[in-house]
Amino acid sequence: MSLVEDIEECGWVFGKDTVDSLYACMQCGKCTGSCPSGRITGYRTRRLMNKVQSGDRSILEDPDIWLCTTCYTCYERCPREVKTTDVIRALRNVAAKEGHMSKAHRATAMYVIKTGHAVPINDATKKLRKKLGLSEIPPTTHKYPEALKAIQDISKKMKFDKLVGFDWNTMNLEDREEK
Amino acid sequence: MKEYAYFLGCITPNRYPGIEAATVKVLKKFDIETRDLDGASCCPAPGVFGSFDLNTWLLIAARNVTLADMMGLDVYVTCNGCYGSLQEADHLLKEKPELKDWVNENLKDEGLEYKGNIEIKHVVELLYDDIGIKRLKEAVVAPLDAKIGVHYGCHFLKPSAVRGHGSSERPTILDELVEATGAESVDYKDKLMCCGAGGGVRTRDLEVSLTFTKQKFESMKKAGIDATINPCAFCHLQMDRGQVEIKEKFGEEFFNMPVLFITQLIGLSMGMSTEELGLNAHAIPMTEKFIR
Ligand code: SF4
Ligand code: SF4
Repeated sequence: MSLVEDIEECGWVFGKDTVDSLYACMQCGKCTGSCPSGRITGYRTRRLMNKVQSGDRSILEDPDIWLCTTCYTCYERCPREVKTTDVIRALRNVAAKEGHMSKAHRATAMYVIKTGHAVPINDATKKLRKKLGLSEIPPTTHKYPEALKAIQDISKKMKFDKLVGFDWNTMNLEDREEK
Repeated sequence: MKEYAYFLGCITPNRYPGIEAATVKVLKKFDIETRDLDGASCCPAPGVFGSFDLNTWLLIAARNVTLADMMGLDVYVTCNGCYGSLQEADHLLKEKPELKDWVNENLKDEGLEYKGNIEIKHVVELLYDDIGIKRLKEAVVAPLDAKIGVHYGCHFLKPSAVRGHGSSERPTILDELVEATGAESVDYKDKLMCCGAGGGVRTRDLEVSLTFTKQKFESMKKAGIDATINPCAFCHLQMDRGQVEIKEKFGEEFFNMPVLFITQLIGLSMGMSTEELGLNAHAIPMTEKFIR
């Protein structure tokens, strides 16, 4: 499958049109000029669009694709209505599938599988909650084990656990070489 | 009286519960009741989980929306990330019947069915539309005399075609809310710039992420701003905790600029105390103007 077909598949929730909007890119560079990340790093949105358009798979290994904060500034301003930010998210899905997922990102995903929260509660916050007159444990997956199980079921069903390399025995990340 | 289910997300209840306390209290003063959304999870973060696996992202987001759908209550959020995920997922599900079928097929085992009968709202919409500037002004008993730098964050306004709050280039909604408290909203360079936390950048590349934040604070300092306000728990963390991290990473002068969530600022103007709003638990201490 071509790179764009892979991105279409991963980005199916947006619809094919959203991903295919990238074919309208005319390389004007307005996205790069608008990008707060490109201002301080070597990341160039226009170049990314160019590589995707030409089917250059090396982009999947390029750590720069992870420097987009999904701020949508380029998406709002693109004169050709390329759905840049959605293309970038779907492209990252393809990269993750091919094993290009940093350890730090895998750890964030692990917390959701383990606790239902990307940022779980800690003792200091429990104390503070009580002081503020709130329930010590929020009424979320932290309080309801069956709700946490629902999140874990979804992770298994979507093979999200496999994607991030979550080990159900240790309830931790498997060792994996960072690509 | 109007009732909403409060989708808490992660950062609000698990790091900045002052945002939760302030929001529930302020809304209650205006006869808006908050109900727990029992069993909710991470939204999950749109730029992070949306970047890893869009199927998992959509299904978890849809589950959260469906919990409220089954209660028959509209939802409000206090984080642009939560808004991004829940509002976008709800929008996609309302637009695309094939997605709705897929989601319901996969949520069946959990005893859930998404019907799409509710709306996902940002607390800013409740403040601006349900309550309104006029009533907010009438409720002020302790006007703020301060210069405020508004930070909008990204996912409250963008993508504008999905969010539906008008242009993302020249918004005024938060500035109007700030000025209702007696404070002055002062423009600064790159006011609409991202805080740097989103899209997994904070997690993967803290230094890049903090450089965004640092630039914003430098601009706010230059504009003579006393404190910054935001409508997003994640931006809030990045800007409050972030100031400490900037000092650690770059060893530069400490900005020491108080960071307030919009309902915390409004709470102060309504006579609530710094302590009950959780403001004294922030990484950056409040300055005199914000101690009551
Ligand atoms: S702004 Fe749009 S058309 Fe111009 S280079 Fe970027 S994606 Fe292409
Ligand atoms: S959405 Fe990403 S690529 Fe576009 S301007 Fe923002 S950071 Fe840059």
